Amino acid sequence: MSDLTTRDSASTPDHGHGDVPADDLARPLYRGPGGLPAADVPHRPRRSDIDPKAARRVERQVAALFLVSMLMVVLFVAAYVAIDPQAEIYIPLFGEVGFQNFALGLTFGLGVFCIGAGAIQWAKKLMPDVEVVQERHSLASTPHEDVEAAEQYERGKEESGFAQYKIIRRTLIAALALFPIPLVVLLRDLWTPKNGSFGPSPVELLSETAWTTDMPIVTDGTYVKLRPEDIPVGGLVSALPENIMEIQEEEHNLNARGKAAIILVRMEPDEIRAQQGDGWDYQGILAYSKICTHVGCPIALYEHRTHHLLCPCHQSTFDLADAGNVVFGPAARRMPQLPIGVDEEGFLVAKAPFAEPVGPSFWERG
Amino acid sequence: MKGLVARRRNPIVASLLLLVALLGVGGVYAVATTAAPAEAVATSDQTAIDEGKRLYLEGCSSCHGLDSQGTSNGPTLIGVGAAAVHFQVSTGRMPMAAPGAQAPAKPADYTEEEISQMAAYIASLGPGPAIPTAEQLDYSSADVAEGGVLFRINCAQCHQAAGGGGALTDGKHAPSLMSATPQEIYEAMLTGPQNMPVFGDGTLTVEDKQAIIAYVMDLQEAPSPGGLSLGRLGPVAEGLFLWAGVMAAFVGLAVWIGIRAR
Repeated sequence: MSDLTTRDSASTPDHGHGDVPADDLARPLYRGPGGLPAADVPHRPRRSDIDPKAARRVERQVAALFLVSMLMVVLFVAAYVAIDPQAEIYIPLFGEVGFQNFALGLTFGLGVFCIGAGAIQWAKKLMPDVEVVQERHSLASTPHEDVEAAEQYERGKEESGFAQYKIIRRTLIAALALFPIPLVVLLRDLWTPKNGSFGPSPVELLSETAWTTDMPIVTDGTYVKLRPEDIPVGGLVSALPENIMEIQEEEHNLNARGKAAIILVRMEPDEIRAQQGDGWDYQGILAYSKICTHVGCPIALYEHRTHHLLCPCHQSTFDLADAGNVVFGPAARRMPQLPIGVDEEGFLVAKAPFAEPVGPSFWERG
Repeated sequence: MKGLVARRRNPIVASLLLLVALLGVGGVYAVATTAAPAEAVATSDQTAIDEGKRLYLEGCSSCHGLDSQGTSNGPTLIGVGAAAVHFQVSTGRMPMAAPGAQAPAKPADYTEEEISQMAAYIASLGPGPAIPTAEQLDYSSADVAEGGVLFRINCAQCHQAAGGGGALTDGKHAPSLMSATPQEIYEAMLTGPQNMPVFGDGTLTVEDKQAIIAYVMDLQEAPSPGGLSLGRLGPVAEGLFLWAGVMAAFVGLAVWIGIRAR
C-alpha cells in the first residue's frame, strides 16, 4: 500500500519498505502528463457522505437489488419447473416468443445483473471515494542497470562461443535464411503453367464442364427435361445437364454440379440486343452460367423487366439481354453463355459446350 | 422533479432516450407494415366484366391506358390474366400511390368483389393465368421438405432462404414472405409481378408450387425461440445487433459505473 497515498497523507509518503533498492527510491517521482495532481483536486462529498438518511436510502437500495436477485433465482427455478416448454407468449416489439425460454433468460439475466448493480451502487455510494494518487517512478534505466546489461550481453557472447565457433555461426545464419523457403514454395499454387506437370490448371478445370453437344437440359431439383413452351416469357429456370446425378455419384463430389449449373431465361426475341454467338438462343430462351465470374457465387437474382442478373455477394450485375456483359460491380468478365437448341423430340438441349471458362476469375484471367 | 432536471445532462439519459426513440420508431414501423390479406371470389359473367371495366377506367386507365394497351407509365395488361390483377390489387400494390422503383404492398383499396370484377374484365381482354382454384391452393398433402429444396433453388436467391426478402437493384426489393397467403404466393409464381420472373406450370408443376407454399407456410409458423428474428437474415444481422445494440448497452453500463457519485 505504500504507493497509494490518500490525500490526508500525500504530503508524507511512506517509503519505509526494506525490499526496495536504495537507488530506486532516490529517483524522483513521476509527475508529468498523465499523472494525477496530488493535492489540488477539491474533494466533493457525496450526498450519502453528509446525509445519514441518504446513506440509509442507498443501503436499502443495495439490499433491495440483492433481494431482487434472490427473487429472480426463485422465479427461474419456478419457470423451469412450471412453464410448458411449448407455450408461447406475445411480447410487444419481440413478437411471439417461447414463454419458458423468455422467462428463464429474463430471470437469470436479472438475477446476475442485480448482484452486479448492487455491488456497483454500494461501491459508488457507500465505500470511500477519497481521491487517490498512485506514485510512479520514471521508466528510464539507471546508468548502473545499463552497464550491468551490457556486461551480461558480453558474458553471454563469451560463454556461448558465438564469436569463437565460426562454422556454427555461419551454418546457423544460413539455416535461418533458408527456413522461410517452404512457405514461399507453397505460393506456387497461385501460379500454374499452361501444360503443367502439376495437374490441370484452373483454365483447364473451368473450361471443361458436363455440358456436351446435344446434352439435354433438365430442371434443378426436379430433374425433368424441358420443352421451350414450358418457359413463359419473363420466366426463369435453374437447370443442369441431364447426366449430372450420374457424374455426381461417380465423382463423390459436387464439382461437376458447381460448374455446370445454368439458368434459362426467356424474353421476347426482339428484346435481345446481343448474344455471345449467332443464334445461341432458342426463340428468346437464353442459357447462361449460374456461377458469378467474380468469386463464384451461384446467382439467380433475375429481374425480368430489366433483364439484369444480380449477384447477392458483391452486387455484380450482368445484362442478359446484352450478351451477359457486366453493367455494375466487381466482376471483370461477362457471364458465359451456353448455346441451346432443341432435339428431334422437341426437348431443349445444349448445342455445344461452354465456349469460355465458367466460374470465378483466376490469375490468368482477370 | 427537481432531481430529474438535475440529471437530464447525465450521459445515460441521452443513451436511454436514444434507445427509447429507436425502439419506438421500429415498433411503429413494424405495426404499420402489417396488412391483412383476404380470400377471393371469381366471377366471369358479363355484368362483372362491365363493372370491372368501369372500375378499371376509374382507377387504372391513367397509367395502363384506356384500352389496357399500356402507356409510358404502365405496362399493357392484355394477357396478364386474372391472377395478376388479383395479386396486384389485393395486396395493395396497385393502384400505386406514387411512381417509384417498385410498387410496395399496402392495405387494399378495393373489396374482394371489386377485385374479382376487375380481374374478370382484364381476363376478358386476352388469355392469361386464371386465379388459382381452391384445389390448386390445397397444400395439405404437399411435401414440405421437397418444397424447401425447390424454394432454395428457385426463390431463396431473392427472398432469402427463410423468406425474409432482400434488396435488388436501383431501389427494388424482393418482399418478405412472412405475411404472404398461399393464394398470393401461387399467383406471384404464376404471373411474375413487377421484376419477379415467371415460374410457369411447365417448370414448377402444381404439386411443386404446393410444396413451395407448404414450405413458406412452415416458415411463417416456425417459432422464433429467441423472440427477435432480426429479419431472419442470419449471422450478419445477429452480429450487427450484438455489436451495435448490445455493445452500446454495455458501453452505457460502463459509463454508469464510471460516473462519479453525487
